[in-house]
Amino acid sequence: MSDQKKIVPKKIFTSHEKEIIKDVYKELDIPTRRQFGKKALSLGAIAMLSGCSLSNEDSIEKALMVMSRFNDRVQGLLFDPNLMAPTYSEDMLTKPFPFNAFYGEDEIRPSPVSFKLKVSGLVQDTKYWTLPELRAMPQTSQITRHICVEGWSAIGKWGGVRFSDFLKRIGADTGAQFVGFRCHDDYYTSIDMPTAMHAQTLLTLTYADKVLPPQYGYPMKLRMPTKLGYKNPKYIQEIFVTNVNPGGYWEDQGYNWFGGS
Amino acid sequence: MNVVITPLFVRLTHWLNAIAVIVMIMSGLRIYNASPIFDFLIPKELTLGGWLGGAVLWHFAFMWLLLVNGLIYLILNFATGRAKKKFLPISPKELVRDVLDTLKGKLAHDDLSQYNTIQKLAYLSIIADIIILVISGLAIWKPVQLPLFSELMGGFENARIVHFLAMAYAVFFIMVHLVMVAVVPKTLRIMIRGK
Repeated sequence: MSDQKKIVPKKIFTSHEKEIIKDVYKELDIPTRRQFGKKALSLGAIAMLSGCSLSNEDSIEKALMVMSRFNDRVQGLLFDPNLMAPTYSEDMLTKPFPFNAFYGEDEIRPSPVSFKLKVSGLVQDTKYWTLPELRAMPQTSQITRHICVEGWSAIGKWGGVRFSDFLKRIGADTGAQFVGFRCHDDYYTSIDMPTAMHAQTLLTLTYADKVLPPQYGYPMKLRMPTKLGYKNPKYIQEIFVTNVNPGGYWEDQGYNWFGGS
Repeated sequence: MNVVITPLFVRLTHWLNAIAVIVMIMSGLRIYNASPIFDFLIPKELTLGGWLGGAVLWHFAFMWLLLVNGLIYLILNFATGRAKKKFLPISPKELVRDVLDTLKGKLAHDDLSQYNTIQKLAYLSIIADIIILVISGLAIWKPVQLPLFSELMGGFENARIVHFLAMAYAVFFIMVHLVMVAVVPKTLRIMIRGK
């Protein structure tokens, strides 16, 4: 409802990233989004065109969700585990990299320094992990494009542990279907195992070679250049392996689950 | 005249395409509003989906209708030889004549089984435009898994601009198309009944 009135349109090739950050924040009008069930279907013209009755909103929504699940399968088939996302040079980094979450930048709830990562589900070793232990594992970094479902994109440099290394280290059942994430800010999401095992999927601990700052997800963020932004969880507290699709914060409201790019 | 001018497959794919294009444009405009690339927003009344997530659901459901229906149209159009018969030849001389006739307000519409040169170019242009929309759309949807389309479009950010401009051309085409149907209403009957 009010998600449009506050947006300041941007020019092409704008370099005012601060404006982007603000726009992204303003775009996040949670109550509006929650009305998805009704709002996605308030479309007199189309309903008339297709002969559907508006009283049948539920069946339209169901049909759209069937198509979204179909698109999950198509994207799963399309996903090539050996295909790498493009990487960029340092001078192409977007500065500053935009903050984005389902709340504003002033509402960040930093994770405690005493933080320990919980690991659960279909894994052999469920011991908690500290940051120094994760930093002691082999580290790698990459510069990739983060693409938001809203359409904007930004290039950033993330570094950390290759997620497939971590999954092997905890004895994860890599034949399982899903890896789920629970986050300190109550965000949650989940991904398919082939993407989890992709060489560019990193459990990141740094941004631009510095310890991941609070706005980018301290203590850790899962970074996948093969997926849209909302699939990349920040402030991760728990990682679990499962065969039951855990869904996600946005996914459960209607965003496509696979969210591949 | 009692001969079928527009075969059933053309009429069916035309109307299915009309539905797909309208849904794609309206839901696409809502997606545009989430992060506009130009200095303006689209009025909410012209958009479909209510919020970004809803618009994306519509867009990625009806893209299949646009794609599959469009492929069926193209394949049948070529396989039946209709494409060649209706669109060729395109003669520059006739184009000049048709443009001049149009400006004088006396472009002939008595034989609706034949396209004049302006029609040929207009219909070919919207076919090409929809192909560009599909390619730029795939470049935006799958910049990693389908890198060829992204490269063709000069990268992800360019693909967004191409996608929007190609959409704008489609809107322009539809408006002119509707005006022409209003000027020559018999064409509407032909697109429904075939003759």
